[in-house]
Amino acid sequence: MIPSTFSYVQAHSVEEAIRLLRESDGEGKLLAGGHSLVPLLKFRLTTPGTLIDIGEIPELRGVRKEGNRIVIGAMTTYRQVLSDPLVAQHLPLLAQAIGQIGDIQIRNRGTIGGNIAHADPAADLPGVALALDAMLEIQGEDGAELVEADGFFLGPLVTALPETSLLTSVSFLIPPEGARSTYLKYAHPASGYAVVGVCAIAALDPDGVVSTIRVAVNGAGDVAYRARSVEDKLLGHAPTAERIRQAASLAADDGEMGSDQFASEEYRRHLCCVYAQRALEAILL
Amino acid sequence: MAHQAEVSMKVNGAESKSVIEPRMLLVHYLREELNLTGTHIGCDTSQCGACTVLLDGDPVKSCTVLAVQANGKSITTVEGLASKEGLHPIQMSFWEKHGLQCGFCTPGVMIAAIGLLNENPDPSEEEIRLALEGVICRCTGYQFIVDAVKHAAQTLREAGETKVAMADSMKA
Repeated sequence: MIPSTFSYVQAHSVEEAIRLLRESDGEGKLLAGGHSLVPLLKFRLTTPGTLIDIGEIPELRGVRKEGNRIVIGAMTTYRQVLSDPLVAQHLPLLAQAIGQIGDIQIRNRGTIGGNIAHADPAADLPGVALALDAMLEIQGEDGAELVEADGFFLGPLVTALPETSLLTSVSFLIPPEGARSTYLKYAHPASGYAVVGVCAIAALDPDGVVSTIRVAVNGAGDVAYRARSVEDKLLGHAPTAERIRQAASLAADDGEMGSDQFASEEYRRHLCCVYAQRALEAILL
Repeated sequence: MAHQAEVSMKVNGAESKSVIEPRMLLVHYLREELNLTGTHIGCDTSQCGACTVLLDGDPVKSCTVLAVQANGKSITTVEGLASKEGLHPIQMSFWEKHGLQCGFCTPGVMIAAIGLLNENPDPSEEEIRLALEGVICRCTGYQFIVDAVKHAAQTLREAGETKVAMADSMKA
């Protein structure tokens, strides 16, 4: 498969990338690791006039700790995130989810910013971003702004990212001391993408009552969502097996389920509940 | 902004330079511009791993990389493994342990295995299987592939090799 013709230009700085985006009059598309974009180009599902390669902008790579957050440059590859000691120490949920993306070859190329900005409904990171209260640093012609991940994902491959702006980094909130977390997904057997993926983070107070709980779901529908009904059912209660079962049964209530030839709406709803229950049992029992 | 782009990269230690269309995939560049047809196109959808090459030492699927993205980088393909002295230890091991049936996936499997052995000279069977998650053998000859990688690791350790692939393909 061969993509349709496009022009190619390499940006050497964030400012240059923004300028090139503006000059492309809506025909420009940013190229990060290319592991979402190149397959779309090959199928000719997207036919941009110009690809603006941001792969060689050093300031977009790297992991650092800022206060109670871990900030990851948009062009940091999955592989780099996985091998980073700060991530291993503070964000085991992110490492667990990234370890389930594609395979080694794909993780060597795919980037965290590309994943978030591409907003594939079946990608693993939108749910993780919601669960870890991610903040997205977006740089545009008028400077940089911080945007919450919650509200950023608008639809399949559609985000709130303005046309002439660039996602430069993603920061994740470090869960409280003693919190446990997990990401469980039912992967499509051919593509490896999430049919349903459930992230859960929980902490108990000294009395054994749930004091922190975050549950997010991706893959089930067009956009990832926080399963707030599940969280409300658990927060402030002792996590008995029965309460977890009741909470998990609400896991599909806050999102719109998708439906395709592989998994019907009803089946996805069922998977949300099953995977939420397994995730919650894994971290709370 | 041009519909043509000049790319130069070091492929198996040799400098190459071409003017290509930016839409050209790395695997097509290797096969059609450089006539290095050892790298195979299997699924063409970044699933099967037959097109795996080392890009600055890391295994990548060359059907999902644009050639322009490899500009200025080092590539190792299966043609870069053997030397004048003979087959590379990984090739010898695939031969001796019968690590192939039809052989179509073998170039990608060997390159993926080299990616593993460069980082972990003494992998367990489980580590070998994990490292080969991105390559699919439709003959399902996985057991012998794993045996071959294990044997290659042992051969290389006994030979005292610290880096498995050609020095040119490694990161500076």
